[in-house]
Amino acid sequence: MFKQLTDPKEPGFQVFVDGMAVSARPGDTVAAVLLRTPPHLARHTPVRESPRAPFCLMGVCFDCLATVDDQTSVQTCLVEARPGMRIERPRGKLKVAQ
Amino acid sequence: MKTEHDILIVGAGPAGMAAAVQLADLGFAPLVIDEQAMPGGQIWRASEGPRSDAVRRALGPEYAEGADRVARFRLSGVDYMPGTRLWHIEPGFQVFMSRDETAFSRRYRAVLLATGAQERPVPVPGWTLPGVMTVGAAQILLKTSAQIPEAPVWIAGSGPLPLLYMRQLLALGGQVAGFLDTTPKGQASRVLPHAMAALRGRGDLIKGVKWLRQLRATGLPWLRGVRDVQALGQDRIEAVRYTAADGRVHEQSAQVLLLHEGVVPSIHTTLAMNCEHDWSEAQGCFIPRTDERGMTSVDGLFLAGDGAGIGGALAAEERGRIAALGIAGRLGQDAPAAHLHAAHAGLARRLASRPVIDALYPPSEAQIPDETVICRCEELTAGDIRVAARLHRGGPNQVKAYTRCGMGPCQGRQCGYSVNRILSEEYGQSRAETGFFRIRPPLKPVTLGELAALEEGREAP
Repeated sequence: MFKQLTDPKEPGFQVFVDGMAVSARPGDTVAAVLLRTPPHLARHTPVRESPRAPFCLMGVCFDCLATVDDQTSVQTCLVEARPGMRIERPRGKLKVAQ
Repeated sequence: MKTEHDILIVGAGPAGMAAAVQLADLGFAPLVIDEQAMPGGQIWRASEGPRSDAVRRALGPEYAEGADRVARFRLSGVDYMPGTRLWHIEPGFQVFMSRDETAFSRRYRAVLLATGAQERPVPVPGWTLPGVMTVGAAQILLKTSAQIPEAPVWIAGSGPLPLLYMRQLLALGGQVAGFLDTTPKGQASRVLPHAMAALRGRGDLIKGVKWLRQLRATGLPWLRGVRDVQALGQDRIEAVRYTAADGRVHEQSAQVLLLHEGVVPSIHTTLAMNCEHDWSEAQGCFIPRTDERGMTSVDGLFLAGDGAGIGGALAAEERGRIAALGIAGRLGQDAPAAHLHAAHAGLARRLASRPVIDALYPPSEAQIPDETVICRCEELTAGDIRVAARLHRGGPNQVKAYTRCGMGPCQGRQCGYSVNRILSEEYGQSRAETGFFRIRPPLKPVTLGELAALEEGREAP
């Protein structure tokens, strides 16, 4: 949905979105990475499982909630991507670990 | 970093940074916390980040000023804790925060809220579909990640921000499919009474007129007097539908739709603290009441920046300095009266053109269609709220209890004003009479683990 206008020489690193390796750059928020990774979603809602993408990018809509390095319901627009980060996009209600 | 501070500043945007620098100049050592990873707030977000010359040029001189402010803030040596969420303040003030998945609590003699503003929610049918975002969100992506929409974007709404963003986007080779300008026709005549007062702030207005000319010269499809904007699609936006000024309904394919109808103060913390708020007819929002030193109706709780009324970054800085002087006075160190006068004079200058902007871009008063989702978290529609209102005749808090509207993770940040508007219409009463949700802690989600590990006086990670 979005594309980056960065210099191709600029060094990047990898993060993993639902296990898939995706490139990120210093300064990227996790939400920014999600918005250029098809299908450009953050989650499916717990209420009706509707697909949602990051919406406000400033921490007030909570539509970008995802699981980051096993921490659930992280506001991904407030978190900077770091090398090796694992991001999972929740689908519906979260399950309590057994 | 010290572990004890007398003063807490919440927010490292223009107001918070200016207050911190002013307090440091007066010999105080406040702590500044901020949710973001870098200082600057939304307006100067990622000012310290790496950036190509092309992006720097497109973002323009107002954004470039931020780098200087952030550098000054860093040089002040004030303790600064990024990535930190405030989630509760108890009177006195015992403040609860979280950082790196760890909660902690500390005591302060004075607290300055410099938490700024958020975009006014624009509930239109389909606004929850992926591909629909706010204009501010798209601009933040440009600032943090040099990121622009791949396909031509539709922009719908009103206000200075869409104009600024379109300029920036076009400068970087992005494309605008169309600007659905929802500003009511004939606004210019409403603005005339404010023109004299605005002369002192004419720099802003001249800049605005220049932007308008440049944008028109690009030939982008600019449709005026548009209403009834809708996003259509199954799992993401596929089309945008709108009613043009001539009354004809159009439908066009769309991949990205950006919405904007101005910004409103962030009031969750002041509401939770039971501060007095007034309804501003001009800005269409509640504004916490502050005195001439920036103190709210709660003793020792100060407010600066757009959270005290929308005025923009430069006004926010003046309000930050005013509150800093107020805090210094309250902690027993009265600054010379000339300082306060100078800051107030600066504020008046920075706010001079604001009445014109407010009058040019009034918030929409059009009825929200029944099928429109207004509570994005609990997925409730305007119709659901109207049904609850007709059945129970209750205020926002009763409606919340009956429907769960406002109980989701955003805690009413997206639906609060819609509920206020719908209930005011249903009951034929003013927006002030209807009021807002009662806001309770935690102001931001906190995990059970964080709560369980909470110890008073615990060191921040």
